[in-house]
Amino acid sequence: MPAQSTSASDGQATHTYRCVGSITIARAASTQREIDALPDPLTLDLSGVEKMDTVGAWIIYRTVRDRGAKVVGASKEVQGLLTQVAEADAPAQVRPEEPPGALRILSELGEWVSEAGRTMIGLVGFLGSVLIAFASIIRWPKRFRLNAVIQRFDLVGVRALGIIGLMSFLIGIVIGQQGAVQLRQFGAEVYTINLVGRITLRELGPLMTAIMVAGRSGSAFAAQIGTMKLTEEVDAMRTIGVSPIEALVVPRMLAAVIMMPLLSFYSMMITLLGGGIYVWIDLGIPPLTYIERLQEVVPIRDLWVGMVKAPVFGFIIALTGCFQGMLVEGDSEQVGIRTTAAVVQAIFLVIVIDAVFAVFFSQVGWI
Amino acid sequence: MSSRDTVITVRGLRNSFGEQVIHEDLDLDVRRGEILGVVGGSGTGKSVLMRSIIGLQKPDEGEIQVLGENMIGREEDEAKNIRRRWGVLFQNGALFSTLTVAENVEVPIREYFPFIKEPLLDEIASYKIAMSGLPPDAGPKYPSELSGGMRKRAGLARALALDPELLFLDEPTAGLDPIGAAGFDELIEQLQKRLELTVFLITHDLDTLWAICDRVAVLADRKVVAVGTIEELLALDHPWIQEYFNGPRGRAASAGLKGQ
Repeated sequence: MPAQSTSASDGQATHTYRCVGSITIARAASTQREIDALPDPLTLDLSGVEKMDTVGAWIIYRTVRDRGAKVVGASKEVQGLLTQVAEADAPAQVRPEEPPGALRILSELGEWVSEAGRTMIGLVGFLGSVLIAFASIIRWPKRFRLNAVIQRFDLVGVRALGIIGLMSFLIGIVIGQQGAVQLRQFGAEVYTINLVGRITLRELGPLMTAIMVAGRSGSAFAAQIGTMKLTEEVDAMRTIGVSPIEALVVPRMLAAVIMMPLLSFYSMMITLLGGGIYVWIDLGIPPLTYIERLQEVVPIRDLWVGMVKAPVFGFIIALTGCFQGMLVEGDSEQVGIRTTAAVVQAIFLVIVIDAVFAVFFSQVGWI
Repeated sequence: MSSRDTVITVRGLRNSFGEQVIHEDLDLDVRRGEILGVVGGSGTGKSVLMRSIIGLQKPDEGEIQVLGENMIGREEDEAKNIRRRWGVLFQNGALFSTLTVAENVEVPIREYFPFIKEPLLDEIASYKIAMSGLPPDAGPKYPSELSGGMRKRAGLARALALDPELLFLDEPTAGLDPIGAAGFDELIEQLQKRLELTVFLITHDLDTLWAICDRVAVLADRKVVAVGTIEELLALDHPWIQEYFNGPRGRAASAGLKGQ
């Protein structure tokens, strides 16, 4: 039965709210509304209450507290509930305090800058400890973990072949198609081969592979190491005397640095294949002619330009992935944040370094 | 089959993971208003039993009734009505990490009663927090800023958000220091009395069993081998029960209670 409100005024014009039936959380909103609608002074008649829970009791209690309402007709149980919620009246904040608008923007900007600075310094420090770990492995080769490295080769390299192959093939077709469409306007569609060949070997092969590896493996590095940090596996390693950098970071770095050139080369070949197939179908250039033209117009130096960049990209991806993983602290939410940061930073740094390479190679005349 | 006084009825429950059978022909009754302790060695499926009852684990066979409603094969919409009548405290609190403690407590209320206004909602969250024995300044904190004991209390506050009739607790005192654990026991007992709860309590903690449980169900050999007060259980000569209650830790716990 629902709660009913009958407002009866006597000589002093007091209003009475009669609660009938159940006052529970299910009726909280309407009960509160009905009570709010009545003016002071107010009397709450609880004699008709059949069922009450703590939320109902709280509504009665806060009406008494805030408006000085009188309670009549409360049964022993109801009275007990009212005392209980009264005891638990300790206003707690619900959300942390936030500074007002402009101040907040400034403080967030400040935090962002100092965070970026700390990340850079931390990354350099991490790079240092990785180099130290490499040096100590070279001095004591027994500490080299061959199995771990080979397992990483499999995960980073072999298992990426499918997706990188598919991606490269499609990119080859897209470049061939775009090149053909644009160059046809000048009657120069035969130069599509130059376009596909040179851009693939110099830029797209290593760059697209790096983006794919950052998304696949850089994120996995951060998530794996981050989870291990959370479950205290990393701390356990330290206490046993195993250096986590040697055991976790070095194999991943090696895998990325060695696999990136191989994957890049593979990607280049598949992209050329995709471009070749498009050129064959659309421009009617047979595969043999395509290969001959490639040999004529693409200097072998382009391959070296691409291949030199690949291990550097791999290094950056593994470095940021492992670094962000090591930064995980506290709760599992951090793993997600750090994994995202690892991928974003890796791709950003790869593109920055790629730009540096481009300027460098053009300055030394490898155009 | 279920009388008014039985809140949970489990009949012929079978659970398995692949080849491994966890429960086989398991029966259990939980009576209204009692604190039922569930004990058993590691891997006997205490948590799996709880998860089956609350519908997180689909059993292979068997019948489960909670609060007079059949739980197996229910539509999600129907199950919702039963769900708001119980509260669950998971082992590590399972608080939502992106929300503050107070917001965590508000989640179930918002879900089921979207028309309750913000100020009232905040006050409800506040007193639930106070009721669970947390200081008021815990309200705006995020779960990652809390200690293990506080996290459990916050989880309890969320479990109590909708004034449930039935409370499931999965190892509430695990990982707490003895003082914190005793405090938590006391809190559960108090709340159970005040709010007339029925409590399904999984525990390893012998002190908890002696201190607050009305009856204890023992899980072994894939089923509930015995249910009763600790005294009744002690009279049985099941090897695991004897070792559990009469081992060095069991004796210490019972001596500690008798000494009080």
